[in-house]
Parts: sequence; C-alpha cells; structure tokens
Amino acid sequence: MPVTVKTFANFGEAASALSSDRSARYLGGGTLVMRALNEGDVSISTVVRANDLALTRIDVASSRVTIGAGVTFGRILAERDLAFLHAPARSIGGPAVRNMGTVGGNLFAPSPYGDFTVALLALDATVSVQGGLGARDMPIEEFLQSRERQSGALVLAVACQRPASADAFRYRKIARIKPKGGSVITLAAHLPSSGGRISGARIALGSMAATQIRARAAERALEGRALDDAAINAAAAVAAEGVSPTDNALGSAWYRREIVGVHLRRLLSGLE
Amino acid sequence: MTKTPLQFRHNGRDVAVFVDGGVNLLVALRELIGDMTPKFGCGQGGCGACSVLIDGELHLSCLTLAEAVNGRAVETLDGLKDGPNLHPLQRAFMEQFAAQCGYCTPGMLMAAKSLLDRNPSPSRAEVIEAISGNICRCTGYEPIINAVLAAASSGRARA
Repeated sequence: MPVTVKTFANFGEAASALSSDRSARYLGGGTLVMRALNEGDVSISTVVRANDLALTRIDVASSRVTIGAGVTFGRILAERDLAFLHAPARSIGGPAVRNMGTVGGNLFAPSPYGDFTVALLALDATVSVQGGLGARDMPIEEFLQSRERQSGALVLAVACQRPASADAFRYRKIARIKPKGGSVITLAAHLPSSGGRISGARIALGSMAATQIRARAAERALEGRALDDAAINAAAAVAAEGVSPTDNALGSAWYRREIVGVHLRRLLSGLE
Repeated sequence: MTKTPLQFRHNGRDVAVFVDGGVNLLVALRELIGDMTPKFGCGQGGCGACSVLIDGELHLSCLTLAEAVNGRAVETLDGLKDGPNLHPLQRAFMEQFAAQCGYCTPGMLMAAKSLLDRNPSPSRAEVIEAISGNICRCTGYEPIINAVLAAASSGRARA
C-alpha cells in the first residue's frame, strides 16, 4: 500500500509532522522502517524525513561527545575521536547496514537488536528529543522505559561523557555467527575508578529484557571495590538478577540466564 | 495516490522515473528502470542480494527509500563491465568458481567492489568482513573470498 512521504529541510518541521499524525513514522537509515514497509506494515501511512544537517553532526569536546541521531555507524567507525564507540558500531550488521543504520534509529531497535544502545546505556547517555511541546534532554533509561510512547517524538542527538581511559569502557556482543550475527547477549560496562576502586559502575545488557537494561545488582557488587577476582566473581554471580529474557532462534531464555554471568566475568576480567 | 518524480544517475546515465510513495530503490531499479542485476532476497536487510553503491558507498537497495537517491549516483552490477570486457572482479569470480546458482553474486560483487575501491590490497580477514552482510547458501564462501583476493592481486599486477 503506498504511503505518503513528507520530506523536510529542518528537523523542527519534521518533528511537528511526526507529532501531529499517529500513523507517521520517522525514516532515518531505513533499516527498521523500510523493513516494516516491505513487510506490508499497514500501521504506517506517512513517512517523515528530514534532510537537516544538524541531525548528522558530530561534536567532540574534550570530555563530552554529542552525536546527531542521523549519524551512521559507518561514520562513527571513520571518526578517530570516537574510538571508544568503535567496538559497538562494528558489531552491528554488515558494512551496508552500518552505512545505513543510525544512532537514533538504534534506540528504537527491538530486542535482539539495538546493540549500540547497550553501549550508550552503560555510558549514561542523554537523549535529546523534539516533541510536540518542544525539545528536551532525558536520561537514556527514561527514554528506553517510555520508548513505546516516543514514536511521535523526533530524536535529535545523543550525548555522553568520554570514558576516562580505554580500559574504563568495555563492550562485548555474543553472537553465534562471526563477524555478523544477531545478539545472544550484548554487554557493556563503564567502570570509572578512583584510587584503584570502582566508583559509579554501570553495566548494561542487551537481549536480556524487552529493552536494554542495567545489571544493577552486578553494579552494586563492584562498587567501592578493586576490580579483582573476588569482586568480579561477586558481580558475575548476580548478573542474572532482574533480567527477563525471552526465547528466540538465537538462544533460549534459560540459556541466556545461564551464560550472562560467564560473559560478564570475561568482560570484567578482560578475557577474550 | 500521486506519484513523485525522481531523478538520479544510474551507472553513469541520468534517469528519471515516477515512483509511488514508500517504494524502495530495488523495486525502482528492477521494475521502473529495468536493471535486473540487483536481486530481491529477503526485503529485510538480512541477505545482501540487493546491494548497490550509492555515491560510492555500499547500501541495501531494498531498505533504501527510492526518493532518497534523488540527485545521487547509484551503481549496480550492470555498470561494472566495460563494454564487452568483464570487470576484474567478475573475471576472478568466473575463474575461481565463485558463483554456483549466482543469486548472491551481484551483491557479493558490489560488496567486493566497495572494499577494493577503498582498499586495493585487503587481507583475507578484511575480505571476510566486507562480505559479511552477504549471504551465500550454495557456492560456499571460500571460493568467493579467494576470488576477491585474486581480483585484488590482479589489480595490483596491472598497476
């Protein structure tokens, strides 16, 4: 069924068009929305696009980076300043999907997709959203919890602090096929430390619930401790607390619960 | 439903068509322009059979809104050969028996071209990475990887 395509030169007009029409969807890279249209998704009657360059901007300040929602994973991989995000960007799709898929779209990718968002959740990113009532920044957790209601809003950018060192941010995607495959589990950990002790750890998991979630019990197990075997074992032992994975072709819920601690231990101890 | 005019460069030639809203580039190429070299595999971005280059960058035509290529340059397998002469990649695919049923071949060739355009001397691992979004269900990946490496070394020999 043909849909109406509305293309705007600036994101404000696109956001208005999006918020005033419940059957409108924003088309970014196409890897989600075109896929739905190809499948004959009749809930979409209008496709909204914006050619605004503001959406594809990357701002790298000394400690904070802001990435426009329309930035593709291919572009992130080409940015030396975003090296800490290369592992999550590279773990998505093949080269063509990385040339198309965007940071903003990844926030809406349903499980088992949305690997980049796992990294952003561990990094405590902020999501800038333009809704009918104007623009606002919200913590990524709040965004993910209300994701179903956000389809009428336009994501403009995500921003996060750059990890203090390469070792302070770790990412791992468990897939059955390499180099390209869907996620069995995706893990990311931001482990800031002061005086040799972990302070403010954030551990995020993908494919372990309806949206990306934090492993809060594992975070608490690390807090205030050195990253030694005892702390790592304590975190791994409670990694499955609060998760609610489902069965799919890549792995059963039971399997995911069984192995999440194993992979968290490997991530934290830096093992391959 | 009104149709939208669309103009772009297709393998070095300007084309103009009218598309229905929401039509993807693969349908526009095959049904409106008559270029049957990009294949429909899954329509989901999972197989790579529809791969084309847009402004020199590898994209999946089935997930590209046709209107989004307005004013841009699209390159398909049909543009690879030079008159009667096959592209070195096509020759290498023949010589290395890298096509059995041939359905994945157009996408494989475009993914390989995208790699060699940026990196004329790829390692085996880089070739594997470059075709990782393209699924082959019958030939097997080894002859395809060997063909891309052979084309790269023949390109180096000529240079």
